[in-house]
Amino acid sequence: MASRRDFLKSTGGLVLATGGGWFAGHAHGAVPDTPGLAPLPAGATASGDLEALAGKVPLIKRSWRPPNYETPLSYFTTEITPNDAFFVRWHLASIPQLSAATWTLKVGGDAATTPFQINLEQLKRDFPAFELVAVNQCSGNRRGLFEPHVAGVEWGVGAMGNARWTGARLKDVLAKAGLKKEAVEIVLDGADGPVMPATPDFQKSLPVWKALDENTMLAYEMNGEALPHWNGFPVRVVVPGWTGTYWVKQISTINAVSKPFEGFWMKGAYRIPLGKFPIIDHFTTQMTDVNEPITEMVVNSLIANLTSGQRVTVGQPFVVKGMAWDGGRGIAQVDVSADGGQSWRSAKLGADLGRFSFRSFSLAVTPAAPGPMVIMSRATNRAGATQTGELIANPAGYHHNVMQRIDVNAV
Amino acid sequence: MKSFSLVVALALAAGIVAAQERRIDLKDGPGRAQFEANCASCHSLDYIPLNSPFLDGKGWDGEVTKMIKVYGAPISPDDAKLIVEYLNANFGKS
Repeated sequence: MASRRDFLKSTGGLVLATGGGWFAGHAHGAVPDTPGLAPLPAGATASGDLEALAGKVPLIKRSWRPPNYETPLSYFTTEITPNDAFFVRWHLASIPQLSAATWTLKVGGDAATTPFQINLEQLKRDFPAFELVAVNQCSGNRRGLFEPHVAGVEWGVGAMGNARWTGARLKDVLAKAGLKKEAVEIVLDGADGPVMPATPDFQKSLPVWKALDENTMLAYEMNGEALPHWNGFPVRVVVPGWTGTYWVKQISTINAVSKPFEGFWMKGAYRIPLGKFPIIDHFTTQMTDVNEPITEMVVNSLIANLTSGQRVTVGQPFVVKGMAWDGGRGIAQVDVSADGGQSWRSAKLGADLGRFSFRSFSLAVTPAAPGPMVIMSRATNRAGATQTGELIANPAGYHHNVMQRIDVNAV
Repeated sequence: MKSFSLVVALALAAGIVAAQERRIDLKDGPGRAQFEANCASCHSLDYIPLNSPFLDGKGWDGEVTKMIKVYGAPISPDDAKLIVEYLNANFGKS
């Protein structure tokens, strides 16, 4: 557990010695709202400055401590999000600086026969490495676009990124610990912690079946490099298809347990009402009569190259492009409309980097006559699920996949 | 430290703003001292403008109560009341 002093030191990687002088030129509200979607709360836009954490390019600051920073829209025109532009999301403000040389992982729990501890070298050496490309998206991505607004981190569209992850299979690590047949959940805990002892530590659980999925990973590389500190160095859990809440950073302890985990971050947070979303994966040991843990991401798309009110030229094609993704069924098609959803055309899909990855799409649109046009994109996954036109309200502001409606003006 | 100063100079030249917790503009008023003293121990105060202006008094009361009951913030009932009033007066839904 880190002290607040450690934290401030680590945040201030570019501490400026100029005192208050650097307030000058500090642009408030420099980032425009995402085109074609509802606006953020006014206070979120005003305080959403572009600021650079140590080792990161300037990202949209949502909160300093714990650090929450989102990736600007322009990065979503390519499939892979660079490590230095990848969004940052922490729940609790004690975030230690871990070292590859001293990091250890403890694996055990009451439903494991042979608890053990390993270091990073052993994790890399003793378990076969594999890689995959997967979207990491915060459950609350786009929370700030909910109307009415709901409290929390008021994210725009950039609390997500797509990376090529390399690591060991969680199932191989669990096999070494010897799962008993009584095991129902796998509890994940990172090295981060709360400032106040009474604050619930951030711990998550997975159903055993998801932990044993061949794609669930303990990742030690991200896009071919060590993970950035801010994204969970040296090892984080990667749960392809599921929202970022399960992708525990700085993983330090993994416990197989014989009873459903009771921690606050499972029982009291990250829950969605039953029956409202077209999801396939259910975390049954954590379900109640009214709600269940969030699991897979809903199908979604984002147009990343247009601005609201942009002028386009009659007779001249312009390209609509962006990314589509879902909870791991894979994107089947993306349709684009230039008339507010009255008619649709299939966009061209880019490289297939696997069913957990962003899939890029693009379509050239040629305005036929002067006047306003409304540009939309609509992704459909291989399970037939698609995006919604109307927001699906839920208390914590999850699963926003409302289609954009971007106004452009043909002249 | 030479290279460190260079990094800072380059960052400034490039117009990059380093991420570092700063004071936020707060209006004076009853409850301000209690708000700053209690809330900033666990999180930066920019969470408040971030979440504004859409909560009413009941909404702010719910947030402060959650901080105490769920996250274990050691805030006295008197301070909590003043904090809610301050937040609602300065960051509440108009």
